Amino acid sequence: MINIPVLRWGEPYESLETEKVIHHRTGEVLASVGQANPGLLARDMRKAARAREALREIPIKDLIEMMKKAGDLYLNATLPLGDGEQTPDDFARQQSASTGLPEHMCKFNMEKNHFVLNHMDQIFDALTRGLDLDILQRGFGVEERGVPVSYQAQSPVLGMVLPSNSPGVHTLWMPVIPMQIGLVLKPGPQEPWTPYRMFAAFTEAGVPKEAIGIYPGGGDMGAETVSRCGRVMIFGSTATVKNYSGNEQVQVHGPGYSKILLGDDVVDQWEDYLDLMADSIYKNSGRGCINCSGVWASRHTEEIAEALAERIGPYEVKDPTDPEAGLAAFTVPGQAEAVWGMIEEGCKETGTTHVTEKHGPRLEQMERCDYIRPTILHCDSPDLKMANTEYMFPFTSVVKCPQEQMIEKISGTLVASAITNDETWAAQLTDATNIDRLNIGAMPTIALNWLQPHEGSIVDFLFKARAYQTPDERLQRLCNGG
Amino acid sequence: MAELNQKIEEAKVALDAHVAEIVKWHFSPESGCPFWLDWAKDAGWDPAAEVKCLDDLLAKFPNFQDEWLRDQQPEVWVPAKFKGKPFNIFETGGTTGMPKQRIGWEDYKIDYSEFSNTLDDAAFPRDHYWLMVGPTGPRRLRLSIEHLANVRGCSCYFVDLDPRWVKRLIKEKQFDQAKDYMEHVVDQATTIMKNRSVSALFTTPKLLESIAERYESEGSSLYDAGIRGVFCGGTTMDPQYTRFLCEELLENKIGFVPTYGNTLMGLAKHKPLTPEDKYSITYYAPQPRASMRVLNPDTNIPVEYGEWGRVELTTLTKEFFMPRFLERDEAIRREPIEPYPWDGVAEVRPFGALTKKIVEGVY
Repeated sequence: MINIPVLRWGEPYESLETEKVIHHRTGEVLASVGQANPGLLARDMRKAARAREALREIPIKDLIEMMKKAGDLYLNATLPLGDGEQTPDDFARQQSASTGLPEHMCKFNMEKNHFVLNHMDQIFDALTRGLDLDILQRGFGVEERGVPVSYQAQSPVLGMVLPSNSPGVHTLWMPVIPMQIGLVLKPGPQEPWTPYRMFAAFTEAGVPKEAIGIYPGGGDMGAETVSRCGRVMIFGSTATVKNYSGNEQVQVHGPGYSKILLGDDVVDQWEDYLDLMADSIYKNSGRGCINCSGVWASRHTEEIAEALAERIGPYEVKDPTDPEAGLAAFTVPGQAEAVWGMIEEGCKETGTTHVTEKHGPRLEQMERCDYIRPTILHCDSPDLKMANTEYMFPFTSVVKCPQEQMIEKISGTLVASAITNDETWAAQLTDATNIDRLNIGAMPTIALNWLQPHEGSIVDFLFKARAYQTPDERLQRLCNGG
Repeated sequence: MAELNQKIEEAKVALDAHVAEIVKWHFSPESGCPFWLDWAKDAGWDPAAEVKCLDDLLAKFPNFQDEWLRDQQPEVWVPAKFKGKPFNIFETGGTTGMPKQRIGWEDYKIDYSEFSNTLDDAAFPRDHYWLMVGPTGPRRLRLSIEHLANVRGCSCYFVDLDPRWVKRLIKEKQFDQAKDYMEHVVDQATTIMKNRSVSALFTTPKLLESIAERYESEGSSLYDAGIRGVFCGGTTMDPQYTRFLCEELLENKIGFVPTYGNTLMGLAKHKPLTPEDKYSITYYAPQPRASMRVLNPDTNIPVEYGEWGRVELTTLTKEFFMPRFLERDEAIRREPIEPYPWDGVAEVRPFGALTKKIVEGVY
């Protein structure tokens, strides 16, 4: 068992209160994680400015190089972790053991994080829309077209209240350090692994340790992180999203309700897209907000639902170390049972059909964790309760809906993959403000282009573009290094 | 060890004798109160004759029902010997509905005078000024703290905080209002501290944090503000939190006295913290005036030392008799120690804190 301390601006702090991180199948204690009390963060935040100052002493281009090096270390090196060490294999094993995600998916996530860190220069270029890095660093400057611009950091640090159940979200905060903004991380109770391994990789690559604080704890620590950091990213339910709606300090990542929309012009060839639909639903255990939770079409929906059920319904629960394992465990006691209860309740509504029923029971309960096997429902109307839901396992409702109603009826949608050649509809989809990421064409919802921002640009969140006027002479002198 | 064992035995003997005396007092027509005399008639047995020691009491009395303190008029609790003497009415609870009420005359003074003997003069200098920031109103605590200050030759300033209002705000999720109210209280406290000479502070942990934060945001500290001793009580203080208070807010320079008490018991004394305690605070009831046990909530049998259980309180004074009252707290049972040779309760927290959401609030 590894003892993992609180990190107060990089300095280990041995808390007297600890929480154990448990293997979801064997009950083995993987780690004992020190718990911070909210007051610690409140006091440490008085030194938050120092986190940014330390980073501003290093040019952004150098920090980007450090990210690349950190990516390699994260993927390949044995790194310190608390009072022990952690190899890359240890990391994947531990993350799988506590989150329930199969090991090979944890390894895939490592590759993904590595890719982001290793391509930080390109990602940065995309996130800033090609902004000269010196302008971001200095806070002002002159664009290539000769116009003075200014970007003002809105907080010396970004607070992150991280989830336990989705290790994939960590890519969101990786560009923050090279933006010379410090990090306050509140890890999910079952997923301390990534924040600590990233910290080790970052600092070994040269990032000043005082730029990062890690404060494990309960709900009160999450609330304190939200109230103390000028900018915070949190992950939660639809209710959480609603709760922080309009709060410019908080960026909430909630359920995605991502969907595949089949246009009337292609729906008769739906079989051509079956693989794409199945992948969007099932890959990465269906746990991500970019996984498809709804397939919408105006006709053939019963056949589509049957075909998807036939394709993914038979998938069985496998050991998390099995390279073929496709399902993640629910490691929070009672959660899977509650989710399945909601689905059963929803299926009582006339017009909703459980199509995977014939492939055997979905809920599988074990001693310390539970699973729900892939589930496909058919909804013969977009107004049914189950037509627009999302759960953290491979779950999709195939919804019958006229194309002309689809944009309105799908409501808020993180990723919409609209398969159509109808440019009139494509133009309407492009204008739809309820769709965040839009794919037009045969693209799975899970196909991310890392050079395009996810749910709003982090640069826009952390920096404010503003007018900045100063005599030309001063501008030239400062911008030309005078 | 032999000396401690002897003290444990002596304390037990003293407690048994005290139990017999107090039960006889409350269940004798010439000294007892109407409530207990009526209760004995209904119960069909004579406590005055049958209770000779603590074990008798524990075996024969059911748990004291807190409804009795809500439903009954205060005069039913007046012992015959105190008849005609005006009494204080102290309240506890009451966030919604009728609060529990306990009447009293001198008990709080006795408890706090005894407590004063445990205080360090360096942290709580005599002949100086104190400040209490916390629940005053109908609570025993307000008079108790003033009495404690007075017996040490000090006078005390007060800033009130209404916990019933705070609990209601939090239950209704009006967090901004709760925060504003706390700021309002902290404003008043720091105004007194900046304009008057205060060396001892009695407050709740959360308010202590906020007051310290206010000073620190101004580049100062509680120590710089002249505070040399702090009493804290009222809400949970786990070891990490206690360490945080001592190391970070009090900078290991200000004397820290955690307290556990309530209107029904009086004030427990704490074992002075040593490095071996790792900031785990153990409290000892003011025996023989009150006695505490830590019970398995399912079996009502005391748990082993070091184990968690529910706190059961028995109050044994001539003013008030309350057998086997189940507190809304749980704690770890701890061994007797030299100064307090009877069982202690450690790391007190609301009963069921690990399994349900408890509103302790910002106070």
